[in-house]
Amino acid sequence: MFRNVAELVEIAQSKNMPISEIMIEQEMDFRGSTREQVYNQMKNNLEVMEQAVERGINEDVRSHSGLTGGDAVLLQNYMKTGNSLSGHMMLDAVSKAIATNEVNAAMGTICATPTAGSAGVVPGTLFAIREKVKPTEEQMVRYLFTSGAFGFVVANNASISGAAGGCQAEVGSATGMAAAAIVELMGGTPEQSSHAFAIALKNMLGLVCDPVAGLVEVPCVKRNAMGASNALVAADMSLAGITSRIPCDEVIDAMYKIGQTMPSALRETAQGGLAATPTGRELEAKIFGVSLDRK
Amino acid sequence: MKFRSVFDIIGPVMIGPSSSHTAGAARIGRVARHLFGREPKSITISLYGSFARTYKGHGTDVALIGGVLDYDTFDERIVNALTIAKEKKIKVRFTEEDAITDHPNTARVHLKDDQGELELVGISIGGGKIEVIELNGFALGLSGNSPAILVVHNDRFGAIAGVSNTLAKHEINIGHMNVSRKEKGKEALMTIEVDQNIPQIVLDEVELLPNIIQVAKISD
Repeated sequence: MFRNVAELVEIAQSKNMPISEIMIEQEMDFRGSTREQVYNQMKNNLEVMEQAVERGINEDVRSHSGLTGGDAVLLQNYMKTGNSLSGHMMLDAVSKAIATNEVNAAMGTICATPTAGSAGVVPGTLFAIREKVKPTEEQMVRYLFTSGAFGFVVANNASISGAAGGCQAEVGSATGMAAAAIVELMGGTPEQSSHAFAIALKNMLGLVCDPVAGLVEVPCVKRNAMGASNALVAADMSLAGITSRIPCDEVIDAMYKIGQTMPSALRETAQGGLAATPTGRELEAKIFGVSLDRK
Repeated sequence: MKFRSVFDIIGPVMIGPSSSHTAGAARIGRVARHLFGREPKSITISLYGSFARTYKGHGTDVALIGGVLDYDTFDERIVNALTIAKEKKIKVRFTEEDAITDHPNTARVHLKDDQGELELVGISIGGGKIEVIELNGFALGLSGNSPAILVVHNDRFGAIAGVSNTLAKHEINIGHMNVSRKEKGKEALMTIEVDQNIPQIVLDEVELLPNIIQVAKISD
């Protein structure tokens, strides 16, 4: 069993296997399950992700609060004009990440990756890359195992909870997970996956969890959008041969320590940051008929 | 290690919007329901920390009640759980507590009917994963690092042996075990941490043993 990214990479290298395979084998061992059982459970999660993305980019999904919804569709329409600056695949990933989180905010069905508030980044990037790379179903399922392997290390050695570690622990972790999985899908090495993870998470360090009215909507949906774009860039950087000067496990540790020193107001309590702006408070009062600031 | 399965990370499949505040909350409610063993007449829930501050926006309240109604994290009935509870004439009460708890996402769930009551304290540690830290006044003191089950049983000879024999038969090794009771010969509680994930069929088998009242898995 791997306890950190260094061990994960080392095991993958010594066995000459992709990271996804190491995760599959560990899960089989833990559950006492067959490869088929473990594979099929992940395939089921993949299907849930695809349904959420499809719903988000095709339907006019709106949350109960009215704060979010419809942006994935706007972006898909904009992409059709052919005038976008950041390119088709980048915006496709962004819109599919938004789609997932809009469905989530509307109390629709999603698969947490690693959490619900950060559920858009991994599927958003995957379903955008699918258009370009045309991966097999197995490659797509493996993408989720590779993501999961990195998330597994973060969850055990740091945190994936916004209430404990801020948004860096949620969207930050999801972004690193996606970056690492993109690298494997594109034929990169386990070591390159770890660099992609480190580069992605480094650029999310310090990100606070400050949801307006305590809802997983503003700014969560758009942070997933930026997480998806960050993951693609980090993966490209790593595939180009760029390495992280700070090793992956130390970046994860830094994230953990930053989370521990983050004030409670910035850890999913709706007491600080964007939640405490005049507009944030106004929206909150409008939604609940009362401000959460009463205490 | 608190997280042992890749499906703790890629998963659960769930109704939004928050894995800790919605899916985790549903799981806390559901563990309470399984230990209570039936649908209660009244549900009182005290919320602490981030749960207390943000429960309305995250649907923590509907999810907790949905869990007590035995709905899984992906059950679409969660969205209407408060209405459904009302239709079933179940009394529901939420209180927001100011007390500082060790974990920011803490809920104290009290279930009651004519035959009895149960009080459980659960924490939601991220990604939908939960831990139960207190049951009917017993601090559980689980490490959270291993799969664990709770067994409510009658304080009689052979009850503990029956459970351990069943686990042994399925080649499940017990790493840590604690037995507590409040009064001799009355209700008692086994807290068992094991090395492997315990399949549902084993739990069902344990539940059929003599003097076993309820069995629930609290972490895997």
